[in-house]
Amino acid sequence: MSERLKGFLRGFRPAAESGPPAPRGNAPPLFSRLERGEVWETRPSRGLDQFFGSFRDQTGLSILDLGGAHQENVNFITSLGHKFYSEDFLRIFHETFGEDAADQSNPGRIDYFLRRSLEYPDEHFDGVLAWDALEYMEPALLAATADRLFRILKPKGYLLAIFHSAERKQTTPCYSFRIQDLRTLQAIRQGERAASQQLFNNRSLEKLFHKFESVKFFLSRDSLREVIARR
Amino acid sequence: MEPEPARGGSATIGKAVKIAGQIYSREDLYVDGDVEGTIELMDHKLTIGPNGKVHAGVKAREVVALGVIQGNVEASERIEIRKDAKLVGDIKTARIVIEDGAYFKGSIDIVKAEPKTAPSQPRPQASPVAAPAAASAASAADAKR
Repeated sequence: MSERLKGFLRGFRPAAESGPPAPRGNAPPLFSRLERGEVWETRPSRGLDQFFGSFRDQTGLSILDLGGAHQENVNFITSLGHKFYSEDFLRIFHETFGEDAADQSNPGRIDYFLRRSLEYPDEHFDGVLAWDALEYMEPALLAATADRLFRILKPKGYLLAIFHSAERKQTTPCYSFRIQDLRTLQAIRQGERAASQQLFNNRSLEKLFHKFESVKFFLSRDSLREVIARR
Repeated sequence: MEPEPARGGSATIGKAVKIAGQIYSREDLYVDGDVEGTIELMDHKLTIGPNGKVHAGVKAREVVALGVIQGNVEASERIEIRKDAKLVGDIKTARIVIEDGAYFKGSIDIVKAEPKTAPSQPRPQASPVAAPAAASAASAADAKR
């Protein structure tokens, strides 16, 4: 593993190294392959389908990807004729807060973080792919981030976010998401991170995105909750 | 003085070199030092080496980044951002390659490369018979000069 990746993952707990978990019944294994220390799986995504379905027949839109720049996502979004914006949100999050959860309620630090990661004019984006970036945040920072995302989205713009579980856990797996096609995502597991104190069930997510005009949930296997919020 | 040996049509800014200002080049350029300002290589390739730090607006036919670029980049054909590179700025290009591990913050606008216009050629003559006549007329005119 490169020093760069090690640095990025500092603060992340290493993923279980024992390989794919045993298949449960006839269900496909959660992680289908191990490659260079990364675990990845390909899964259908109704959230992704809804997100891009809402932009059907449109081109020239501005789409922000908070998961950093990955070739697959760049190719997919630009092939639809849209402009791709990239932020490596979790990297900035980690650089700003490290493992200090208490710091995430400091208004000065929150402001600094948002200036580094989401400093865009109001109503700038037609869509934001937040992936699982919001899942690791403590409530004060999370609320401020949701508010900023609302502001930078255009009216009728869409946000896609993913939350792994509605249960309280010590750690949450950390992924990078690559778009394979309109309905398929590849999730590459990159370790585990301390979970937020926030519980992500439908009710708390509705509260989090209360400013948005509508919020839709798609519960998929492994308790993965995909959320589409429309401004 | 012996002339500098040819480097395959490529100029180099070494890692101990720092330049502030505007760079225009009519050959490929390899930057492994620090550049602040602007870099324009309209029909050529710019490579930012692993030690290169460019705080500049960049225009080139092709850009390969292994180091750091802070500034907007226009690459008429393609840009490659290698795994340890860092690019902060907006990109306009026809094709982009981003390796895993590269850091990129900004926007990507894919613009289709304009087809290169072929050099203007004389229209073919309507009648095959007219061609030799025209050619001989031209030869005659040349001969008179």
